[in-house]
Amino acid sequence: MNILARARCKACWFSAGVLVLIVASFWSLDLKWGEFLAPDAMRKMARFMASFFPPETSPAFLAKTWSALLETLAMSALGTLLAAILGLLLALPAAKVHAGDPARTKPLARLLLNALRSVPELVWAALLLIAAGLGPFPGTLALALHTAGVLGRLFAESIENAAPGPAHALRVRGVGELRVFLYATLPQIWPQVISYTLYRWENNIRAAAVLGVVGAGGLGQMLSFHLALFQMNETSTVLIGMVLLVVAVDALSFLSRRLLNR
Amino acid sequence: MQLHTVQTSVHATASTALPTAPLRDPAAPGRLGLLLLCIVVLWPLMVWAEFKPWLLFDERSMRATGRFLSDFVPPRHDAEFLRLMLAETWRTVAIATVGLTLAFVVAVPLALLSTARLSISALTGRMAAGPYVLRQATRWVAIVLRSVPELVWALIFVRVVGLGPTSGVIAIGIAYGGMLGKVYAEILESGDPSTTQALLRNGAGRLQAFLFGTLPQCSTELVSYTVYRWECAIRSSVVLGFVGAGGLGQQLDNASKMFAGAEASSILLIFMLLVGLADRLSAWLRKELG
Repeated sequence: MNILARARCKACWFSAGVLVLIVASFWSLDLKWGEFLAPDAMRKMARFMASFFPPETSPAFLAKTWSALLETLAMSALGTLLAAILGLLLALPAAKVHAGDPARTKPLARLLLNALRSVPELVWAALLLIAAGLGPFPGTLALALHTAGVLGRLFAESIENAAPGPAHALRVRGVGELRVFLYATLPQIWPQVISYTLYRWENNIRAAAVLGVVGAGGLGQMLSFHLALFQMNETSTVLIGMVLLVVAVDALSFLSRRLLNR
Repeated sequence: MQLHTVQTSVHATASTALPTAPLRDPAAPGRLGLLLLCIVVLWPLMVWAEFKPWLLFDERSMRATGRFLSDFVPPRHDAEFLRLMLAETWRTVAIATVGLTLAFVVAVPLALLSTARLSISALTGRMAAGPYVLRQATRWVAIVLRSVPELVWALIFVRVVGLGPTSGVIAIGIAYGGMLGKVYAEILESGDPSTTQALLRNGAGRLQAFLFGTLPQCSTELVSYTVYRWECAIRSSVVLGFVGAGGLGQQLDNASKMFAGAEASSILLIFMLLVGLADRLSAWLRKELG
């Protein structure tokens, strides 16, 4: 009874907190619902939506969109690969490799991984524009940095959870740490490394599609370019390309999961 | 004599099994071949992505980067700036919260309409054609809402309602609405169906069966997923600032465009703190409620 009452109380505290947060948020933001819901705005909205049709379908523009799509895919693949390499390099100092390992570098490496991870790709891209200029290159680097933080943490956990036997067997024979990692730990965590990396690649394709909005290449850059010039038919083609890419990736991942889990 | 030879042969095999000098990696040719193949596959990707690392070390970009980075320390921390940052941080959280509230309002009907758990015709054999089409259509609506990233929704709505938090809120509301709707429906279908089915069979309405049969089983999972999405919405809300939705993102965008390193580093630090805090809070809430 007492436990029930406490659980109930927890739930009502939680609800009260959420309610306060929501009310305070609505109250403090200068939201322009009037402008959004007024009949005039509705008409404006409808006209705006109608201007998306028909999508631009000239072969030249389709070819341009296709190459931007390839650029997006290439950015995501390269970014993820770089992230996997960087993540593995950072995972080693971020893991307590064996029971006797003092793991002095662990707090520092974890802090670095957390910092990389907590800044979204788009923010990295905006900052990297300064160093790498406009185009897909800063986008690739931005994906790599954010994803390295995510993957590094996951890899470090895999390393710590790997069975210690094989590594111990090599270590007692005086094999160096690097080769112990390469020949005992890495083969064990390899399946996890691959599956985490593929999972992040899937996420990164979606992220790469929008990264360009800040000028970092791919479909996003085309989108923001044509939208800024109010070339709505072109925008609509790019949007369709983006949605098709995302849906295709979702479907592929769904199908492959179903095939692998059968 | 016999025993002696056996012993020596044991020694011999032991010494071949554990050689003192390390052997060469037997799988080396295969690995090298794989690496070569990877490089061949990667080459076109590197061309498409204009992967030119040497651009980073170009003299001009080095100078700009150097100036920007050297400005990072110390981060700007005067009272006026910090007050502005506090207001912007709250704005970021508020955009995320209002956006998620809208998303919830969008998601609940989507989930209720699309979940197969509340189908009455499915109680006896297959679902009738009409309801099946309706459920699939609702599911597709959720998928379409979710497939367009929130940043794109925001870009579009900025054109309609102008700069400011409204476009960010609507963008989060739509994209997260689709996402929540789809996942809510999946969560509702993952539980044990017997209670809901018993209620439906005995003449309870769909809403009653949902409230008293399905919801009690799934409520913790639903709440914890929503809290997790709130955490994601905070991150999104920062990103949406870059297209003009206000909050920390917009400040960071301005700072990086004006090469104001001290401000950028200060905002980045605040942002990391905010994300870390939201992460902790959401993990703690999920543990407490789960």
